[in-house]
Amino acid sequence: MTSSFTTTELNRKNQRTETLFKILFGMVTVTLIIPVAVILITLVVKSDGIFSWAFFSEYPTNGMTEGGIFPALVGTLWLVAVALLASVPLGVAAAIYLSEYAEDNWLTRIINLAIINLAGVPSIVHALFGVGAFVLFFEFGTSILAASLTLAVMTLPVVIVATRESLQAVPQSFREACWNMGATRWQTIWRIVLPNSISGILTGVILEVSRTVGETAPIMFTGAAFFLPFLPTSVYDQTMAMSLHLYVISTQVPNVPDGLPYGVALTLIGIVMILNSASMAFRTYLRGKKKW
Amino acid sequence: MVKRRVKKLEVHDLTIRYGDKVALHAASFDVYENEIFGIIGPAGSGKTSFLRALNRMNEMTPGMVVTGSIKFDGVDVNDWRDVYALRSRIGVVFPLPVGLPLSIYENVALAPRLSGIKSKAELDEIVERCLTRAALFDEVKDRLNSLGSLLSGGQQQRLTIARALSQAPQILLLDEFSIAVDPVTTMRIEDVLKELKKEVTIILVTNLVAQARRLATRTAFFLQGELVEVGDTEDLFKRKVEDNRTTEYLEGRFG
Repeated sequence: MTSSFTTTELNRKNQRTETLFKILFGMVTVTLIIPVAVILITLVVKSDGIFSWAFFSEYPTNGMTEGGIFPALVGTLWLVAVALLASVPLGVAAAIYLSEYAEDNWLTRIINLAIINLAGVPSIVHALFGVGAFVLFFEFGTSILAASLTLAVMTLPVVIVATRESLQAVPQSFREACWNMGATRWQTIWRIVLPNSISGILTGVILEVSRTVGETAPIMFTGAAFFLPFLPTSVYDQTMAMSLHLYVISTQVPNVPDGLPYGVALTLIGIVMILNSASMAFRTYLRGKKKW
Repeated sequence: MVKRRVKKLEVHDLTIRYGDKVALHAASFDVYENEIFGIIGPAGSGKTSFLRALNRMNEMTPGMVVTGSIKFDGVDVNDWRDVYALRSRIGVVFPLPVGLPLSIYENVALAPRLSGIKSKAELDEIVERCLTRAALFDEVKDRLNSLGSLLSGGQQQRLTIARALSQAPQILLLDEFSIAVDPVTTMRIEDVLKELKKEVTIILVTNLVAQARRLATRTAFFLQGELVEVGDTEDLFKRKVEDNRTTEYLEGRFG
């Protein structure tokens, strides 16, 4: 006599399928981690002996084959900071408009489509746009300003999309409750919507930063220099940058010691990893404070 | 005891559509000052749509089209140049409590702040008064700075009532407020409402026929977007009604 709890052939088949897919997807995931691990291990092994305080604090010397990366490090910070100053206010403002004010009509849909397409434009095209618009038309010359604005235009979609998504994650009932009290849209945004979407917005910002740090093409023609014996003093100066420096010592300069490019690459990845970890930690912290 | 009855709201030929769907069809009725006006009817009968139209929330709702007129103190709501001033005179309590993601204090202080009140003493006074009137102050007075959303469902609903009162509204709209509230709390809130009607006009949308009977001075019965009947609540329940659909609903034969 079979009770209703007896395992049937169908149950066993379902369980086998379940196990199969679990293992399959698990293996795919592990496979995807391998390249990252290989890259990191290679960098760590090959850059052995490069890192010292001098590496971070000195100028490159002897035709870039010796010395440190100090001006490139500082230059990258300049580029990222100025790019953020431009793209965050613009991106957040655009996202607020699209999420909170714009009606759902053909124009809004075209704008949304344009933003997605902007994210798909190759960075070399952004670079050429930057040359045409910022270097030549606005006459900023090759400068931090031109390079950062190019980076800002390129990363705007990241900020806009991340901000829009996090604004839309705030329940509509909060807005309606606020409107019903006689609040204007802006009062509602300022007091209720923004404070509750700030963690998502910051995540977008930090994603943008880590992308900006690594980009080479957009800054190559617009403001980053091969070598400079001094630090930039204003946004109208040119600057060295980590990403371009890596490109230069890897491909353009003869007799660079083996470890040096690996050390620069590891530093670059290190910056991105630190920023991403910071973003995740901060997001976790803000989620802990989430209020609904 | 017939008092002189002042018309607070005059609804004339009000039709509300969402796209092709008619939510309310050609409804006309009046709401008098300082009464509790009950609106009963099954789901989808246009009750909530009426509340939204009154508050001009149709402007925030894509596809919602309102024709006909609602006069508030004799002025068509659409002729109020400052829609925000209109809305601040109308307090709304939703079916499910919407505790804004703010502290208890800030939930109640928000509307006064929006209207420009900055003095801490004045805000303190408003917060305490509104929470007291919503029968919540004693329970939360020691933790005004903790989050409103941490309160129990019944407490949150009283918090939203306190918040609605903080606007110093002339009309209080309650949209099935007791759905998320236990019976004991419901009775406490009902007592609060009986007190409040001395000061404000209350429109009580409810699924509970008995609740309308307990509270409402007059009651309107909506059915599938049609205003079937409106009259003194007692008349409705004493079968002095013209339409037998009302009687059937009240006796629980459908709905």
